[in-house]
Amino acid sequence: MQYQAEVIIELKAGMLDPEGTTVKRALEHLGYEADSVRTAKKYTIVLQASDIHSARENVEEMCQKLIANPIIHNYSISLREIE
Amino acid sequence: MSIAVVQFGGSNCDLDIMHVLKDVMGVDAELVWYKEENLDRFDGVVIPGGFSYGDYLRAGAIAARTPIMNSVKKQADAGKPVIGICNGFQVLTESGLLAGALTTNSYPKFRCEPAYLRVETTDTPFTSMFHKGEILSIPIAHMEGNYYADEPTLASLEKNDQVVFRYVDRNGNATDEANPNGSRENIAGIVSKRKNVLGMMPHPERASEEVLGSADGLRVFRSMLEYISNR
Repeated sequence: MQYQAEVIIELKAGMLDPEGTTVKRALEHLGYEADSVRTAKKYTIVLQASDIHSARENVEEMCQKLIANPIIHNYSISLREIE
Repeated sequence: MSIAVVQFGGSNCDLDIMHVLKDVMGVDAELVWYKEENLDRFDGVVIPGGFSYGDYLRAGAIAARTPIMNSVKKQADAGKPVIGICNGFQVLTESGLLAGALTTNSYPKFRCEPAYLRVETTDTPFTSMFHKGEILSIPIAHMEGNYYADEPTLASLEKNDQVVFRYVDRNGNATDEANPNGSRENIAGIVSKRKNVLGMMPHPERASEEVLGSADGLRVFRSMLEYISNR
């Protein structure tokens, strides 16, 4: 089966996010108000797996070994089967 | 005695390190491509600065997972000295050889300028030729040099005397103004628990000849060579 995983990598709460802070400031220059702006990265991964559980296990391992740095990041994974 | 200088795609301080080791110090050194899997023939390893793999994913993240890093770990486990400078420091934290992480500068800009550093410990293979508390001038050149570690990790670095350099002002005070990137506790360089792996954001190879304005960095390499000779 083929699955598509969307992985979102975010800085942990409390970590400085200078890019988010800069965007927030730019929004304020345009007259918008925002209490906070945080950035994140999204990876879309298409993979083969026997079922959705093993697909999740696989992507989980990819996050832990490479895509996220557990010292500074949280990550979330959403998975769906594709044609 | 021979030193390995590791080259990744995107390393760009490799030849500066070679110049300091070979031309300035007269030491045998060899450039080693990241596909090499065996560094046993070397007495020490330098991971130079640059932008390995375009800083894709995170600075140092891809390089940290290349074949050569298994052997770098093996050399570190054997007690040989390993230095990572700038991007090399990022590679060492990403590979787990050093604690913490290097994140985007608190003011998100590439900063390339001289920096004052205070020597926090001389009890490492890389700082034996300094005095504790000595103020050095060694340049920085980075955008992801903001050293981060959680409180327990910071406490254990302090307790084990693993903080090697701190950013200070010219009088030696570790102020916020003297901190170029937002690093926790003004940390500019740390060693591993065993002290034979050093990571530092400033570039000692760019301050190794008086003609460049400072030769303070040379003693990092001279200390390392002395340590190797005495092993």
